[in-house]
Amino acid sequence: MKRADLFPDRLASRHGRDRLFQRLTQAAMSVGFVALFVLILGVLIEGLPWLNWDFLNNFPSRKPEKAGFKAALWGTLWVIGLTTILTVPIGVAGAIYLEEFSSRGRFHKLVELLIANLAGVPSILYGMLGLIAFVRMFQETTDPTTFLGIQVPFGRSVLAGACTLSLLVLPVCTIASREALRAVPDSMRQAAFGLGSTRWQCVRHHVLPAATPGILTGVVLSISRALGETAPLVMMGALTYVAFTPENVYDPFTAMPIQIFNWASRPQADFQSVAAAGIIVLLAVLLGMNAIVVLLRNRAERSRAQ
Amino acid sequence: MSSTPLKDEVSAEGPLAGGRDEASASTPAASALQRPPGRGGEVPLGSIHDAPPPRPRFHTPRSRKLRETAIRYGLQLSAAISILTSFGILFILLKESLPFFEEVSPWSFITGTTWAPLMEPRHFGVLPLIGGTMLVTGVAALIVIPLGSLAAIYLSEYASNRARRWLKPTLEILAGIPTVVYGYFALVVVTPALQMVIPDLGVFNALSAGIVVAIMIIPTVASLSDDAMRAVPNSLREAAYGLGATQREVSLGVVYPGALSGVLAAYVLAIGRALGETMIVTMAAGATPQLTLNPLDSIQTMTGYIVQVSLGDTPAGTPEYLSIFAVGLTLFVLTLGINLLSFWIKRRYRQAYS
Repeated sequence: MKRADLFPDRLASRHGRDRLFQRLTQAAMSVGFVALFVLILGVLIEGLPWLNWDFLNNFPSRKPEKAGFKAALWGTLWVIGLTTILTVPIGVAGAIYLEEFSSRGRFHKLVELLIANLAGVPSILYGMLGLIAFVRMFQETTDPTTFLGIQVPFGRSVLAGACTLSLLVLPVCTIASREALRAVPDSMRQAAFGLGSTRWQCVRHHVLPAATPGILTGVVLSISRALGETAPLVMMGALTYVAFTPENVYDPFTAMPIQIFNWASRPQADFQSVAAAGIIVLLAVLLGMNAIVVLLRNRAERSRAQ
Repeated sequence: MSSTPLKDEVSAEGPLAGGRDEASASTPAASALQRPPGRGGEVPLGSIHDAPPPRPRFHTPRSRKLRETAIRYGLQLSAAISILTSFGILFILLKESLPFFEEVSPWSFITGTTWAPLMEPRHFGVLPLIGGTMLVTGVAALIVIPLGSLAAIYLSEYASNRARRWLKPTLEILAGIPTVVYGYFALVVVTPALQMVIPDLGVFNALSAGIVVAIMIIPTVASLSDDAMRAVPNSLREAAYGLGATQREVSLGVVYPGALSGVLAAYVLAIGRALGETMIVTMAAGATPQLTLNPLDSIQTMTGYIVQVSLGDTPAGTPEYLSIFAVGLTLFVLTLGINLLSFWIKRRYRQAYS
């Protein structure tokens, strides 16, 4: 082989190709942004004219101009509220165990592997789990009987929906909380142990407060995920036509994504616009939640700096 | 991890237990001698100066020790929920699809090429559903792998730190958008736009669903690949520049291969998400189970079929109804395989750069 082949020095053409490649990477980067922009613009153009007070305050209707989002809004509020109550303590506790208490044995490895795998299980399979384990509780009928003060089986209720969504987002919550706990420097733990605190005292008084902003981010991340989930709720049979708001956890419900799905799959063009209005509300709620977490994080960081 | 030995040492019950009075009353040498023979076995007899000094002993009240144990088990129980969920899903899928496999032989289910559960004569061959899922996933992978990798190269090699700090979170917004919104986007924006280019395209087609699934998983590929590429040490880049390579040659010839394990794991993870995606394909890909390689056709995926049945009023207990659990089991096995593949890639090809 000639030396010229080994060390090609056609610099002009190589630099030309370089510039082309840089443009290409920039273009690839911008595809995502263009898609995001078009998506939001399209939804706004379609939906904004339909978004008004009546839309937020009406129950669903067969006529698009009367169709409203009230049942879905309240249903989501109930389900997501209950999901948060169920998910946060269990998810954070699991993360604390794995990061702070576990002795890295066989149990630890198994749980770690299963959590990583669960995060990749399609959400619709959680819907099947919810249908059998919570809605029907392994029985043929859903006629409720009272057992220890709890109505079982849960039926197609807020409670069943919240349990299902909670199982779905627990891995997300645990993984994110573990990241936050891991970011707490070990010197803090060593100082606490050195002063004779027990493991729980160390976690409770030092590690948890330091990790709170990170854990909070993880919690909001997992709750936003639950907020947009449609498939598991459709699978476990959440209703698509509900003309009331839930009054307790055993009431049937609908949720924002289900209502949007229902409207978007109708053939009438007007319902597509109603769906777009619903999407605006859903995205606004998601945006609001993320804004809250940014605020909380900033405040937590400021108070720690002082 | 550096913290492990510390944790193990402190978690052992020994140093926390025991009475303080006894330890403080006796001299170090005396307490070493007083040790019961079982515990001090490793200390050579007679050489008390070589014996380790006794560890300080603190008095921990019984109630606190009890509380500590209770908390420990409570936390462990929370961690164990993941075991319960995993085996719960597997158990339910197996249990519910068992009656289905009594009526339809598993072999004809796996190898059958006709899926017609709702009309006579009924056929339960799952291949068309798997084919539909693969077609959408394939379209998405063909789009997202080059696009996501190039975007990751831009983020890690070309973008300034400041640009990267806001580009990446903004791109990740795409991952947070609910899938039902993407389904709407596919149906109302992407399909009509495609129909302008391909006039005889139907309302429901695999291409539109695949494109939108690709948009959904761009952040997964770009963000994880970017993390992997940034883990490649600068010394490798500098060595290549020193040999006269251009930035493109460094990116494609050094950084990308150097980060290959992380990048491959990102691809596999994204493909796993595409396989299980439900709402986009339900809304945009149609409900026509057929074995085809043409992305312009209307198809049905496994997830789409499950939603179709659960939305309809098929009575529970019939084979049509039970078939969703068999399809769910197939989907579970497929995604499990993909997940294991991603773990394996990460472990097998991991480059440790630090």
